[in-house]
Amino acid sequence: MREFDYRHADDVTGAVALLDADPDARYLGGGTNLVDLMKNGVETPARLVDVRFLPLDRIETADDGAVRIGATVTNSDLAAHPLIRERYPALTQAVLAGASGQLRNMATVGGNLLQRTRCGYFTDITRPCNKREPGSGCPAIEGEHHNHAILGASEHCVAVHPSDMGVALTAFDAVVSWQTAEGAGEAPLADFYLPVGDTPHRETVLPPGALITHVTLPPARVAARSRYRKVRERASYAFAIGSVAAALEIDDGVICDARLALGAVASRPWRARLAERILVGAPASAEYFAAAADAELAAARPLPHNGYKVTLLRNLVVAVLTELAEETTR
Amino acid sequence: MTPPTSSSTVTLNINGEKHTLTVDHRTTLLDALRDRLDLTGTKKGCDHGQCGACTVLVDGRRTVSCLQLAVASEDREITTVEGVAEGDRLHPVQQAFLDLDGFQCGYCTPGQICSAVAMIEEHAAGWPSAVTADVRPEAGPPPLTTEEIKERMSGNLCRCGAYGQIARAVARAAAEASAEKLTEETAA
Repeated sequence: MREFDYRHADDVTGAVALLDADPDARYLGGGTNLVDLMKNGVETPARLVDVRFLPLDRIETADDGAVRIGATVTNSDLAAHPLIRERYPALTQAVLAGASGQLRNMATVGGNLLQRTRCGYFTDITRPCNKREPGSGCPAIEGEHHNHAILGASEHCVAVHPSDMGVALTAFDAVVSWQTAEGAGEAPLADFYLPVGDTPHRETVLPPGALITHVTLPPARVAARSRYRKVRERASYAFAIGSVAAALEIDDGVICDARLALGAVASRPWRARLAERILVGAPASAEYFAAAADAELAAARPLPHNGYKVTLLRNLVVAVLTELAEETTR
Repeated sequence: MTPPTSSSTVTLNINGEKHTLTVDHRTTLLDALRDRLDLTGTKKGCDHGQCGACTVLVDGRRTVSCLQLAVASEDREITTVEGVAEGDRLHPVQQAFLDLDGFQCGYCTPGQICSAVAMIEEHAAGWPSAVTADVRPEAGPPPLTTEEIKERMSGNLCRCGAYGQIARAVARAAAEASAEKLTEETAA
Protein backbone atom coordinates (compact mmCIF):
# COMPACT_ATOMS: atom_id res chain seq x y z
CA MET A 1 0.00 0.00 0.00
CA ARG A 2 1.21 3.50 -0.84
CA GLU A 3 2.04 5.74 2.15
CA PHE A 4 -0.56 8.43 2.81
CA ASP A 5 -1.26 11.50 4.88
CA TYR A 6 -4.25 11.36 7.23
CA ARG A 7 -6.45 14.28 8.28
CA HIS A 8 -9.46 14.55 10.48
CA ALA A 9 -12.13 16.98 9.31
CA ASP A 10 -14.20 18.81 11.95
CA ASP A 11 -16.85 20.21 9.63
CA VAL A 12 -18.03 19.94 6.04
CA THR A 13 -16.30 23.17 4.96
CA GLY A 14 -13.01 21.96 6.39
CA ALA A 15 -13.33 18.54 4.77
CA VAL A 16 -14.11 20.01 1.37
CA ALA A 17 -11.20 22.48 1.66
CA LEU A 18 -8.80 19.63 2.51
CA LEU A 19 -9.82 17.66 -0.55
CA ASP A 20 -9.94 20.69 -2.82
CA ALA A 21 -6.27 21.33 -2.02
CA ASP A 22 -5.21 17.88 -3.13
CA PRO A 23 -6.63 16.03 -6.17
CA ASP A 24 -4.85 12.90 -4.95
CA ALA A 25 -6.85 12.80 -1.71
CA ARG A 26 -9.91 10.71 -0.88
CA TYR A 27 -12.63 10.96 1.75
CA LEU A 28 -12.61 8.11 4.26
CA GLY A 29 -16.02 7.03 5.55
CA GLY A 30 -16.44 3.53 6.96
CA GLY A 31 -13.52 2.36 4.81
CA THR A 32 -15.12 -1.00 4.07
CA ASN A 33 -14.51 -0.61 0.34
CA LEU A 34 -11.79 2.06 0.13
CA VAL A 35 -9.36 0.44 2.59
CA ASP A 36 -9.83 -2.90 0.83
CA LEU A 37 -9.13 -1.28 -2.57
CA MET A 38 -6.02 0.36 -1.10
CA LYS A 39 -4.82 -3.06 0.06
CA ASN A 40 -5.35 -4.37 -3.50
CA GLY A 41 -3.54 -1.39 -5.02
CA VAL A 42 -6.62 -0.26 -6.95
CA GLU A 43 -6.82 2.97 -4.94
CA THR A 44 -3.58 4.82 -4.20
CA PRO A 45 -4.53 8.07 -2.45
CA ALA A 46 -1.81 10.38 -1.14
CA ARG A 47 -4.11 11.62 1.62
CA LEU A 48 -7.21 10.42 3.44
CA VAL A 49 -9.63 12.97 4.86
CA ASP A 50 -11.63 11.22 7.57
CA VAL A 51 -15.26 12.33 7.39
CA ARG A 52 -16.73 9.56 9.55
CA PHE A 53 -17.40 11.88 12.49
CA LEU A 54 -18.74 14.91 10.67
CA PRO A 55 -22.13 16.00 12.03
CA LEU A 56 -23.96 14.27 9.17
CA ASP A 57 -25.23 11.31 11.18
CA ARG A 58 -28.91 12.26 11.59
CA ILE A 59 -32.10 10.96 10.01
CA GLU A 60 -34.67 13.77 10.07
CA THR A 61 -38.12 14.56 8.73
CA ALA A 62 -38.55 17.79 6.78
CA ASP A 63 -41.71 19.95 6.90
CA ASP A 64 -42.95 18.52 3.59
CA GLY A 65 -42.68 14.97 4.96
CA ALA A 66 -39.42 14.14 3.16
CA VAL A 67 -36.86 12.09 5.08
CA ARG A 68 -33.33 13.46 5.07
CA ILE A 69 -30.58 10.91 5.70
CA GLY A 70 -27.13 12.21 6.62
CA ALA A 71 -24.22 10.86 4.59
CA THR A 72 -22.39 9.40 7.59
CA VAL A 73 -25.41 7.49 8.93
CA THR A 74 -24.28 3.88 9.08
CA ASN A 75 -26.09 1.15 7.17
CA SER A 76 -27.07 -0.39 10.52
CA ASP A 77 -28.63 2.80 11.85
CA LEU A 78 -30.45 3.42 8.58
CA ALA A 79 -31.93 -0.09 8.49
CA ALA A 80 -33.00 -0.02 12.15
CA HIS A 81 -34.56 3.46 12.09
CA PRO A 82 -38.32 3.33 12.86
CA LEU A 83 -39.13 5.98 10.25
CA ILE A 84 -37.45 4.00 7.47
CA ARG A 85 -38.98 0.70 8.61
CA GLU A 86 -42.44 2.31 8.68
CA ARG A 87 -42.40 4.44 5.51
CA TYR A 88 -39.85 2.71 3.26
CA PRO A 89 -39.65 -0.94 4.44
CA ALA A 90 -37.97 -2.04 1.18
CA LEU A 91 -35.05 0.27 2.02
CA THR A 92 -34.55 -1.44 5.38
CA GLN A 93 -34.78 -4.83 3.66
CA ALA A 94 -32.29 -3.79 0.97
CA VAL A 95 -29.73 -2.54 3.49
CA LEU A 96 -30.10 -5.68 5.62
CA ALA A 97 -29.66 -7.86 2.53
CA GLY A 98 -26.19 -6.38 1.97
CA ALA A 99 -22.86 -7.30 3.55
CA SER A 100 -22.62 -8.52 7.16
CA GLY A 101 -23.54 -7.13 10.58
CA GLN A 102 -19.95 -5.97 11.08
CA LEU A 103 -19.70 -4.20 7.71
CA ARG A 104 -23.12 -2.56 8.09
CA ASN A 105 -21.95 -1.09 11.41
CA MET A 106 -18.98 0.55 9.67
CA ALA A 107 -20.32 1.46 6.23
CA THR A 108 -21.98 4.82 5.57
CA VAL A 109 -24.80 5.93 3.26
CA GLY A 110 -22.55 8.27 1.25
CA GLY A 111 -19.91 5.59 0.89
CA ASN A 112 -22.46 3.00 -0.16
CA LEU A 113 -23.43 5.07 -3.19
CA LEU A 114 -19.78 5.58 -4.16
CA GLN A 115 -18.59 2.00 -3.64
CA ARG A 116 -16.91 0.45 -6.66
CA THR A 117 -17.85 -2.58 -8.69
CA ARG A 118 -16.75 -6.02 -7.48
CA CYS A 119 -15.85 -7.09 -11.07
CA GLY A 120 -12.85 -9.38 -10.61
CA TYR A 121 -10.89 -7.63 -13.37
CA PHE A 122 -11.39 -4.22 -11.78
CA THR A 123 -10.03 -5.41 -8.44
CA ASP A 124 -7.04 -7.27 -9.96
CA ILE A 125 -4.37 -4.74 -10.92
CA THR A 126 -2.50 -7.31 -13.01
CA ARG A 127 -5.40 -7.37 -15.51
CA PRO A 128 -6.60 -4.76 -18.00
CA CYS A 129 -9.73 -2.80 -17.05
CA ASN A 130 -11.19 0.27 -18.77
CA LYS A 131 -12.73 1.46 -15.51
CA ARG A 132 -9.43 1.34 -13.62
CA GLU A 133 -7.09 2.13 -16.53
CA PRO A 134 -8.95 3.84 -19.39
CA GLY A 135 -8.18 2.33 -22.78
CA SER A 136 -6.63 -0.88 -21.44
CA GLY A 137 -9.54 -3.11 -22.46
CA CYS A 138 -12.30 -5.19 -20.86
CA PRO A 139 -11.40 -8.86 -20.36
CA ALA A 140 -14.82 -9.56 -18.78
CA ILE A 141 -16.59 -9.44 -22.16
CA GLU A 142 -14.66 -12.51 -23.37
CA GLY A 143 -13.98 -13.87 -19.89
CA GLU A 144 -15.69 -14.23 -16.52
CA HIS A 145 -18.97 -12.32 -16.73
CA HIS A 146 -21.70 -14.51 -15.29
CA ASN A 147 -22.57 -11.73 -12.83
CA HIS A 148 -22.16 -8.79 -15.20
CA ALA A 149 -24.57 -6.31 -16.76
CA ILE A 150 -27.47 -7.10 -19.07
CA LEU A 151 -28.74 -3.51 -19.36
CA GLY A 152 -27.03 -0.25 -20.28
CA ALA A 153 -23.53 -1.73 -20.69
CA SER A 154 -21.13 -0.94 -23.53
CA GLU A 155 -18.28 -2.61 -25.40
CA HIS A 156 -15.97 -0.80 -22.97
CA CYS A 157 -17.37 -2.07 -19.66
CA VAL A 158 -19.98 -4.57 -18.50
CA ALA A 159 -19.54 -4.19 -14.72
CA VAL A 160 -22.52 -3.94 -12.36
CA HIS A 161 -23.04 -1.57 -9.44
CA PRO A 162 -23.00 -3.69 -6.27
CA SER A 163 -25.27 -1.64 -3.97
CA ASP A 164 -28.51 -3.04 -2.56
CA MET A 165 -29.35 0.19 -0.72
CA GLY A 166 -29.10 2.16 -3.97
CA VAL A 167 -31.74 0.00 -5.65
CA ALA A 168 -34.37 0.86 -3.04
CA LEU A 169 -33.29 4.52 -2.93
CA THR A 170 -33.65 4.72 -6.73
CA ALA A 171 -37.14 3.22 -6.62
CA PHE A 172 -38.17 5.90 -4.11
CA ASP A 173 -36.81 8.90 -6.08
CA ALA A 174 -33.99 9.69 -3.66
CA VAL A 175 -32.03 12.89 -4.25
CA VAL A 176 -28.28 13.06 -3.51
CA SER A 177 -26.89 16.34 -2.13
CA TRP A 178 -23.25 17.34 -1.98
CA GLN A 179 -20.92 20.18 -1.10
CA THR A 180 -17.85 21.51 -2.91
CA ALA A 181 -15.59 24.49 -2.25
CA GLU A 182 -17.74 26.38 -4.80
CA GLY A 183 -21.06 25.55 -3.19
CA ALA A 184 -23.80 22.95 -2.88
CA GLY A 185 -25.30 20.70 -5.55
CA GLU A 186 -27.83 17.90 -5.91
CA ALA A 187 -29.13 15.33 -8.37
CA PRO A 188 -31.80 12.65 -8.35
CA LEU A 189 -30.13 9.29 -7.75
CA ALA A 190 -31.62 8.15 -11.08
CA ASP A 191 -29.38 10.74 -12.82
CA PHE A 192 -26.45 10.49 -10.39
CA TYR A 193 -24.62 7.68 -12.20
CA LEU A 194 -23.28 8.45 -15.68
CA PRO A 195 -23.99 6.27 -18.71
CA VAL A 196 -21.12 3.80 -19.31
CA GLY A 197 -20.38 4.67 -22.96
CA ASP A 198 -16.66 4.90 -23.66
CA THR A 199 -15.90 6.48 -20.26
CA PRO A 200 -16.56 3.74 -17.68
CA HIS A 201 -13.94 5.35 -15.39
CA ARG A 202 -16.27 8.35 -14.96
CA GLU A 203 -19.01 7.00 -12.73
CA THR A 204 -21.04 9.87 -11.24
CA VAL A 205 -22.02 13.49 -11.82
CA LEU A 206 -20.19 14.55 -8.61
CA PRO A 207 -17.84 17.48 -9.31
CA PRO A 208 -14.17 16.95 -8.31
CA GLY A 209 -13.69 17.12 -4.54
CA ALA A 210 -17.43 16.98 -3.78
CA LEU A 211 -18.54 15.49 -0.47
CA ILE A 212 -21.97 13.84 -0.32
CA THR A 213 -23.74 15.44 2.65
CA HIS A 214 -27.15 13.79 2.61
CA VAL A 215 -29.72 11.79 0.69
CA THR A 216 -33.36 12.90 0.69
CA LEU A 217 -36.35 10.63 0.25
CA PRO A 218 -39.46 12.53 -0.87
CA PRO A 219 -42.72 11.47 0.78
CA ALA A 220 -44.27 8.53 -1.10
CA ARG A 221 -47.40 6.82 0.21
CA VAL A 222 -46.80 3.89 -2.13
CA ALA A 223 -43.47 3.11 -0.41
CA ALA A 224 -45.20 2.02 2.80
CA ARG A 225 -46.09 -1.21 0.97
CA SER A 226 -42.77 -2.09 -0.53
CA ARG A 227 -40.45 -5.02 -0.71
CA TYR A 228 -36.84 -5.81 -1.61
CA ARG A 229 -35.91 -9.26 -2.75
CA LYS A 230 -32.39 -10.35 -3.55
CA VAL A 231 -31.09 -13.49 -5.22
CA ARG A 232 -27.51 -14.54 -4.60
CA GLU A 233 -25.33 -17.60 -4.94
CA ARG A 234 -25.54 -18.41 -1.22
CA ALA A 235 -28.20 -17.70 1.38
CA SER A 236 -26.50 -14.73 3.03
CA TYR A 237 -23.54 -12.35 2.88
CA ALA A 238 -22.99 -12.22 -0.89
CA PHE A 239 -23.55 -9.71 -3.66
CA ALA A 240 -26.74 -9.99 -5.68
CA ILE A 241 -26.97 -11.79 -8.99
CA GLY A 242 -30.34 -10.07 -9.32
CA SER A 243 -32.56 -8.01 -7.06
CA VAL A 244 -35.83 -6.09 -7.13
CA ALA A 245 -37.17 -3.18 -5.09
CA ALA A 246 -40.87 -2.71 -5.66
CA ALA A 247 -43.87 -0.87 -4.26
CA LEU A 248 -47.53 -1.07 -5.28
CA GLU A 249 -50.62 0.86 -4.43
CA ILE A 250 -53.81 -0.85 -5.54
CA ASP A 251 -57.34 0.53 -5.53
CA ASP A 252 -60.20 -1.85 -6.28
CA GLY A 253 -57.94 -4.27 -8.16
CA VAL A 254 -56.33 -1.54 -10.28
CA ILE A 255 -52.75 -0.36 -9.78
CA CYS A 256 -52.74 3.37 -9.01
CA ASP A 257 -49.03 3.77 -8.20
CA ALA A 258 -46.02 1.55 -8.77
CA ARG A 259 -42.29 1.73 -8.16
CA LEU A 260 -39.80 -0.72 -9.56
CA ALA A 261 -36.01 -0.83 -9.60
CA LEU A 262 -33.63 -3.67 -10.48
CA GLY A 263 -30.22 -4.45 -8.99
CA ALA A 264 -27.13 -6.29 -10.30
CA VAL A 265 -28.19 -5.72 -13.90
CA ALA A 266 -26.35 -2.51 -14.83
CA SER A 267 -23.61 -0.05 -13.90
CA ARG A 268 -26.24 1.74 -11.81
CA PRO A 269 -29.34 0.78 -9.86
CA TRP A 270 -31.85 0.38 -12.71
CA ARG A 271 -35.12 2.27 -12.39
CA ALA A 272 -37.69 0.31 -14.43
CA ARG A 273 -39.75 3.23 -15.73
CA LEU A 274 -41.07 1.36 -18.79
CA ALA A 275 -42.46 -1.33 -16.53
CA GLU A 276 -43.93 1.27 -14.16
CA ARG A 277 -45.79 2.94 -17.05
CA ILE A 278 -47.40 -0.37 -17.99
CA LEU A 279 -48.31 -1.17 -14.39
CA VAL A 280 -50.04 2.10 -13.50
CA GLY A 281 -53.70 1.82 -14.51
CA ALA A 282 -53.49 -1.91 -15.20
CA PRO A 283 -55.24 -4.67 -13.24
CA ALA A 284 -53.05 -6.09 -10.45
CA SER A 285 -52.58 -9.52 -12.02
CA ALA A 286 -49.68 -11.80 -12.87
CA GLU A 287 -50.35 -11.31 -16.58
CA TYR A 288 -49.66 -7.56 -16.39
CA PHE A 289 -46.74 -8.04 -13.99
CA ALA A 290 -45.11 -10.31 -16.60
CA ALA A 291 -45.90 -7.87 -19.42
CA ALA A 292 -44.28 -5.05 -17.44
CA ALA A 293 -41.16 -7.12 -16.71
CA ASP A 294 -40.89 -8.20 -20.35
CA ALA A 295 -41.18 -4.62 -21.58
CA GLU A 296 -38.37 -3.47 -19.31
CA LEU A 297 -36.14 -6.43 -20.12
CA ALA A 298 -36.69 -6.17 -23.88
CA ALA A 299 -33.64 -3.87 -23.91
CA ALA A 300 -31.47 -6.53 -22.23
CA ARG A 301 -28.34 -7.50 -24.17
CA PRO A 302 -26.95 -10.46 -22.25
CA LEU A 303 -23.47 -11.90 -22.78
CA PRO A 304 -22.87 -15.63 -23.36
CA HIS A 305 -22.77 -16.46 -19.62
CA ASN A 306 -25.33 -14.14 -18.07
CA GLY A 307 -28.44 -14.75 -20.15
CA TYR A 308 -29.95 -16.45 -17.10
CA LYS A 309 -30.36 -13.00 -15.55
CA VAL A 310 -33.10 -12.04 -18.01
CA THR A 311 -35.28 -14.96 -16.89
CA LEU A 312 -34.26 -14.52 -13.26
CA LEU A 313 -35.21 -10.84 -13.19
CA ARG A 314 -38.48 -11.44 -15.03
CA ASN A 315 -39.51 -14.11 -12.53
CA LEU A 316 -38.30 -12.01 -9.62
CA VAL A 317 -40.37 -9.00 -10.71
CA VAL A 318 -43.51 -11.15 -11.15
CA ALA A 319 -42.98 -12.87 -7.79
CA VAL A 320 -42.39 -9.65 -5.81
CA LEU A 321 -45.31 -7.80 -7.42
CA THR A 322 -47.57 -10.81 -6.81
CA GLU A 323 -46.56 -10.89 -3.14
CA LEU A 324 -47.21 -7.16 -2.80
CA ALA A 325 -50.60 -7.44 -4.49
CA GLU A 326 -51.61 -10.30 -2.19
CA GLU A 327 -50.43 -8.34 0.84
CA THR A 328 -52.40 -5.27 -0.26
CA THR A 329 -55.66 -7.14 -0.78
CA ARG A 330 -55.40 -9.10 2.48
CA MET B 1 -1.57 23.34 6.59
CA THR B 2 1.04 21.19 8.32
CA PRO B 3 3.16 19.15 5.89
CA PRO B 4 1.96 15.63 5.05
CA THR B 5 3.16 12.78 7.24
CA SER B 6 2.87 9.03 6.86
CA SER B 7 2.57 8.26 10.58
CA SER B 8 0.82 9.66 13.65
CA THR B 9 0.86 9.21 17.40
CA VAL B 10 -2.51 7.95 18.61
CA THR B 11 -4.01 6.92 21.91
CA LEU B 12 -6.12 3.79 21.66
CA ASN B 13 -8.57 2.87 24.41
CA ILE B 14 -8.58 -0.93 24.47
CA ASN B 15 -10.42 -3.00 27.06
CA GLY B 16 -10.49 0.06 29.34
CA GLU B 17 -6.75 0.72 29.07
CA LYS B 18 -5.13 3.56 27.17
CA HIS B 19 -2.17 2.83 24.90
CA THR B 20 -0.24 5.61 23.18
CA LEU B 21 1.73 4.55 20.13
CA THR B 22 3.04 5.89 16.86
CA VAL B 23 1.53 4.12 13.89
CA ASP B 24 2.20 4.19 10.16
CA HIS B 25 -1.14 5.35 8.70
CA ARG B 26 -1.38 2.09 6.76
CA THR B 27 -1.61 0.09 10.00
CA THR B 28 -5.00 -1.50 10.55
CA LEU B 29 -6.48 -1.76 14.02
CA LEU B 30 -6.03 -5.53 13.64
CA ASP B 31 -2.27 -5.24 13.06
CA ALA B 32 -1.89 -2.66 15.84
CA LEU B 33 -3.63 -5.02 18.29
CA ARG B 34 -1.65 -8.08 17.33
CA ASP B 35 1.79 -6.76 16.39
CA ARG B 36 2.14 -3.68 18.55
CA LEU B 37 0.07 -4.40 21.67
CA ASP B 38 0.47 -8.17 21.89
CA LEU B 39 -3.30 -8.67 21.97
CA THR B 40 -3.20 -11.75 19.77
CA GLY B 41 -6.67 -13.04 20.65
CA THR B 42 -8.01 -11.16 17.63
CA LYS B 43 -7.20 -13.25 14.56
CA LYS B 44 -6.23 -12.37 11.00
CA GLY B 45 -8.14 -14.47 8.49
CA CYS B 46 -8.75 -13.03 5.03
CA ASP B 47 -7.60 -9.45 5.84
CA HIS B 48 -10.30 -8.19 3.41
CA GLY B 49 -13.40 -7.97 5.61
CA GLN B 50 -14.88 -11.19 4.33
CA CYS B 51 -14.37 -13.76 7.10
CA GLY B 52 -15.06 -12.04 10.44
CA ALA B 53 -12.10 -13.62 12.31
CA CYS B 54 -10.84 -10.14 13.27
CA THR B 55 -14.15 -8.94 14.74
CA VAL B 56 -13.81 -6.57 17.72
CA LEU B 57 -16.25 -4.13 19.31
CA VAL B 58 -15.78 -0.44 18.55
CA ASP B 59 -18.00 1.76 20.72
CA GLY B 60 -19.99 -1.40 21.46
CA ARG B 61 -20.57 -2.26 17.81
CA ARG B 62 -19.04 -5.24 16.07
CA THR B 63 -16.50 -4.19 13.49
CA VAL B 64 -13.96 -5.96 11.28
CA SER B 65 -10.63 -4.63 12.57
CA CYS B 66 -8.83 -5.50 9.29
CA LEU B 67 -10.64 -2.66 7.48
CA GLN B 68 -10.47 -0.23 10.39
CA LEU B 69 -7.36 1.96 10.30
CA ALA B 70 -5.62 2.34 13.67
CA VAL B 71 -5.17 6.08 13.10
CA ALA B 72 -8.95 6.40 12.67
CA SER B 73 -9.61 4.56 15.95
CA GLU B 74 -8.51 7.26 18.40
CA ASP B 75 -10.96 8.16 21.20
CA ARG B 76 -13.10 5.12 20.48
CA GLU B 77 -13.85 2.41 23.01
CA ILE B 78 -12.39 -0.82 21.66
CA THR B 79 -13.17 -4.22 23.18
CA THR B 80 -11.33 -7.33 22.04
CA VAL B 81 -11.97 -10.94 23.03
CA GLU B 82 -9.46 -10.40 25.87
CA GLY B 83 -11.84 -7.81 27.32
CA VAL B 84 -15.30 -9.40 27.20
CA ALA B 85 -15.01 -11.41 30.45
CA GLU B 86 -15.47 -9.84 33.88
CA GLY B 87 -12.23 -10.76 35.60
CA ASP B 88 -12.24 -14.54 36.00
CA ARG B 89 -15.93 -14.80 35.20
CA LEU B 90 -16.34 -15.67 31.53
CA HIS B 91 -18.88 -13.79 29.44
CA PRO B 92 -22.04 -15.92 29.02
CA VAL B 93 -21.24 -16.22 25.30
CA GLN B 94 -17.75 -17.58 26.11
CA GLN B 95 -19.20 -20.02 28.66
CA ALA B 96 -21.82 -21.23 26.18
CA PHE B 97 -19.17 -21.80 23.48
CA LEU B 98 -17.19 -23.93 25.98
CA ASP B 99 -20.18 -25.86 27.31
CA LEU B 100 -21.70 -26.56 23.89
CA ASP B 101 -18.51 -27.10 21.83
CA GLY B 102 -19.02 -23.98 19.72
CA PHE B 103 -15.72 -24.49 17.92
CA GLN B 104 -13.32 -27.02 16.53
CA CYS B 105 -9.90 -25.58 15.66
CA GLY B 106 -10.72 -22.31 17.46
CA TYR B 107 -9.26 -19.87 14.95
CA CYS B 108 -12.56 -18.13 14.15
CA THR B 109 -13.76 -18.33 17.77
CA PRO B 110 -12.60 -14.93 19.12
CA GLY B 111 -14.35 -13.26 16.18
CA GLN B 112 -17.45 -15.42 16.63
CA ILE B 113 -17.60 -14.54 20.33
CA CYS B 114 -17.17 -10.78 19.85
CA SER B 115 -19.70 -10.87 17.03
CA ALA B 116 -22.24 -12.82 19.10
CA VAL B 117 -21.86 -10.51 22.13
CA ALA B 118 -22.81 -7.49 19.99
CA MET B 119 -25.37 -9.35 17.89
CA ILE B 120 -27.35 -10.32 21.01
CA GLU B 121 -27.47 -6.62 21.95
CA GLU B 122 -28.52 -5.60 18.43
CA HIS B 123 -31.40 -8.06 18.63
CA ALA B 124 -32.34 -6.88 22.12
CA ALA B 125 -32.45 -3.32 20.74
CA GLY B 126 -35.11 -4.49 18.26
CA TRP B 127 -33.03 -4.48 15.07
CA PRO B 128 -34.61 -6.58 12.32
CA SER B 129 -32.53 -8.80 10.01
CA ALA B 130 -32.70 -9.92 6.37
CA VAL B 131 -34.82 -12.93 7.37
CA THR B 132 -37.26 -10.96 9.53
CA ALA B 133 -40.64 -11.39 7.82
CA ASP B 134 -42.04 -7.97 8.77
CA VAL B 135 -39.54 -5.18 9.44
CA ARG B 136 -42.15 -2.54 10.33
CA PRO B 137 -41.81 -1.29 13.91
CA GLU B 138 -45.34 -2.35 14.88
CA ALA B 139 -44.46 -5.97 14.06
CA GLY B 140 -42.17 -5.93 17.12
CA PRO B 141 -38.81 -7.64 17.49
CA PRO B 142 -38.58 -11.08 15.84
CA PRO B 143 -37.91 -14.10 18.08
CA LEU B 144 -34.23 -15.10 17.92
CA THR B 145 -34.76 -18.36 16.02
CA THR B 146 -31.93 -20.47 14.57
CA GLU B 147 -32.69 -18.90 11.19
CA GLU B 148 -32.31 -15.40 12.68
CA ILE B 149 -29.06 -16.37 14.44
CA LYS B 150 -27.58 -17.86 11.26
CA GLU B 151 -28.42 -14.75 9.23
CA ARG B 152 -27.15 -12.34 11.90
CA MET B 153 -23.91 -14.33 12.33
CA SER B 154 -23.29 -14.80 8.59
CA GLY B 155 -20.35 -12.38 8.69
CA ASN B 156 -18.34 -14.95 10.67
CA LEU B 157 -17.10 -17.91 8.69
CA CYS B 158 -16.03 -21.19 10.32
CA ARG B 159 -14.02 -23.39 7.98
CA CYS B 160 -14.33 -26.36 10.36
CA GLY B 161 -18.08 -26.07 9.92
CA ALA B 162 -18.97 -25.90 13.61
CA TYR B 163 -22.02 -23.81 12.73
CA GLY B 164 -24.58 -26.06 14.42
CA GLN B 165 -22.88 -25.81 17.81
CA ILE B 166 -22.11 -22.12 17.33
CA ALA B 167 -25.79 -21.38 16.69
CA ARG B 168 -26.79 -23.41 19.77
CA ALA B 169 -24.23 -21.61 21.95
CA VAL B 170 -25.39 -18.19 20.74
CA ALA B 171 -29.02 -19.16 21.33
CA ARG B 172 -28.27 -20.22 24.93
CA ALA B 173 -26.31 -17.06 25.70
CA ALA B 174 -29.08 -14.90 24.21
CA ALA B 175 -31.74 -16.72 26.23
CA GLU B 176 -29.69 -16.18 29.41
CA ALA B 177 -29.25 -12.49 28.62
CA SER B 178 -32.96 -12.00 28.03
CA ALA B 179 -33.87 -13.94 31.23
CA GLU B 180 -31.43 -11.76 33.18
CA LYS B 181 -32.96 -8.62 31.69
CA LEU B 182 -36.43 -9.85 32.67
CA THR B 183 -35.27 -10.51 36.26
CA GLU B 184 -33.74 -7.03 36.44
CA GLU B 185 -36.91 -5.44 35.10
CA THR B 186 -39.09 -7.39 37.56
CA ALA B 187 -36.80 -6.41 40.44
CA ALA B 188 -36.95 -2.77 39.34
